[in-house]
Amino acid sequence: MRAEIPILLASFSLGIASAVAQSGDLTIPKSIEAGVAFSIQSGGNGKGTLYIAGPGQFLKQDVQLGSSISIAQGSLYNAGHYSVWLTSDSSTQTGSIDVIPAQKPSDLTFIAKPSRLPVALHNAITGSAYIFDAYGNLITKPMQISFQLTNQGSAAQTRTMETRDGAAWTQMDSATREGKAQFVARVGDVSSTRIVGQVPGDPCNIKMNAKPAGNKIQLVTDPVRDCSGNAISDGTIVTFTETYGAEKTTVDVPLKKGVASVEIPAHRGATISVASGVVLGNQIRWAQ
Amino acid sequence: MSNGARLLAISLAGATVALVAIGTLWPNKTAVAFASGEQFSTSAGTPEAAVRSLGDQIRANAYGRAYDSLANKGEFSEQQFHRDLTSGWPDLRTYATLSEFQVQPLHASDTDANVQLKMQWSTVVGPSTSVRDLHVVRNNGKWQVEWPITKEPVVPPQVIPVNYLRWDVINRTSSDDWGAQDVESPHVRIVDMHPVQRAEGLVLLGELLNEDVVPAYVSVSATLLSKDQKPIDTEGSFDSISHQLLPKQVTPFLIRFPNVTLGKVGSVRMTPFSTLISASADPVIEIQNEKLNPAPDASVTGQLTNQSGQIANVAHVLGTFYDQSGQVVWVGDQYVDHALLPGVPVAFNIHIPEDLARKVSSQRTVVATYSFGGAQ
Repeated sequence: MRAEIPILLASFSLGIASAVAQSGDLTIPKSIEAGVAFSIQSGGNGKGTLYIAGPGQFLKQDVQLGSSISIAQGSLYNAGHYSVWLTSDSSTQTGSIDVIPAQKPSDLTFIAKPSRLPVALHNAITGSAYIFDAYGNLITKPMQISFQLTNQGSAAQTRTMETRDGAAWTQMDSATREGKAQFVARVGDVSSTRIVGQVPGDPCNIKMNAKPAGNKIQLVTDPVRDCSGNAISDGTIVTFTETYGAEKTTVDVPLKKGVASVEIPAHRGATISVASGVVLGNQIRWAQ
Repeated sequence: MSNGARLLAISLAGATVALVAIGTLWPNKTAVAFASGEQFSTSAGTPEAAVRSLGDQIRANAYGRAYDSLANKGEFSEQQFHRDLTSGWPDLRTYATLSEFQVQPLHASDTDANVQLKMQWSTVVGPSTSVRDLHVVRNNGKWQVEWPITKEPVVPPQVIPVNYLRWDVINRTSSDDWGAQDVESPHVRIVDMHPVQRAEGLVLLGELLNEDVVPAYVSVSATLLSKDQKPIDTEGSFDSISHQLLPKQVTPFLIRFPNVTLGKVGSVRMTPFSTLISASADPVIEIQNEKLNPAPDASVTGQLTNQSGQIANVAHVLGTFYDQSGQVVWVGDQYVDHALLPGVPVAFNIHIPEDLARKVSSQRTVVATYSFGGAQ
């Protein structure tokens, strides 16, 4: 039977006028939802073969001409335009049918970016959602979709958007407190959740203290926080620089339990400074 | 077989025979040493000849014969002598070979002399130079070198608790849905960029900041565009950058464009690259006694001290040099060829080009370390 398909396609392309004339005997619904059962009414009598070809799908079924031909539920499920041929020994009837996405959302693809960002940024979190039916067809009919960003200890931000061509997007602010936020997109009873890490911003007001430790100086910072009061993440590099005459000692120290601590050689009259990234802290002149 | 192919085959065979004959009749010194085991220079009639003979033996990895030729070999073992030259811990020197050396007489009398031995080692990251001032003495009419042994520091057995952070990364897998979240790449930012015209071409200097809270593997590439916005050349920073940046850490970078002049460049497109990397905040390296040394031989010198318990097998020191206005005028680097043992200072020396030295007003140094088994 495979050999018949090219012949059919050739006859269809070469004889469109004839096909249109014959299509009058074939009654096909103009469109159906993906996956639903439907029937085709054919003309004539005797035995024939029904072919339906569309995006990613091809059906073939032996039928009795002149009767109603039932297409079972779930037979056509890819949204798109399908061509229909009903052939017999003496004639070919043609038509077409559009399969549209099911109206009930079944799946939601939700892209939230970035997955990690500093606190207190306006419109810095973007969420894009795409709605699909049970067969993976993008539902292009406008639908209401809600986005909700929930931060621990603060009020949730909620936006309701209407999808356009199957997609909707929104922007949210990051919270002023660090922590993981739940970003949820919901349409009907379908939802998808993403986690957005909100991390401290740049250090603010780095302050260190110095005290003698034998022939060295012990330098310890106060707990390092950002300008919203969040503790800067452990592992963040704090640079201590001691300048004495034309010489210098530098140490890059990672924060541990919120503070940076180091011992450096003691030099009378040395100037000691502290910085992290592009943020400068206080200066100490060592007089001992 | 065609006549051309036959002629080529005969020519190649002839050339092979000729080269084998030349190599057999006039072998180079290293080949002689490996093949015969004989010394290169048996003559020790002068202090310089004695030092040159020692250099030849070291170059041929003939440490046993080199040790036997020393005047003060009773003060240390052959193993200590070998370790003094090649390191006891795995580091750049362990896998280096002495490519060449120079001998410079400093002082001589009838009974003793001082001679400088400058050794150029070939390491996996490029040449490394070490200098030894040798005392040479005359024993029974023969000059012998007294080797100034630098005994390897011994770190006393101890337990050093280390509880710095370590970051591990789990990325999304190929089976995840296309909309599934992945871990975000670290956010990095170029905080400074400055082109400098040098005799060998254009050089881009700058600094890159990891402004994120996670460690990043970074590199920078740049594309030069002509005044009509056509690309001229694209180059990367290669190893003139510290590739691993912990949170809020800054690295300098240097990108070379050989044979390009600044006048032809209309604009520059910078492309910083960053990706998440499993990393540890350990080891912490202290840079002590940093000093800017003026021309001639302008440099920044100092010492690296490993404050942690883990041995850093290779250390890469990068210096950023600024003018009075705080603009980057040069980026230099040096690989330290000795492992950094806990608490043991190791010297470094970063050369500054003579013509730029007078512009340098301040500098900043960062250290990237690599431990056996991978970057840390």
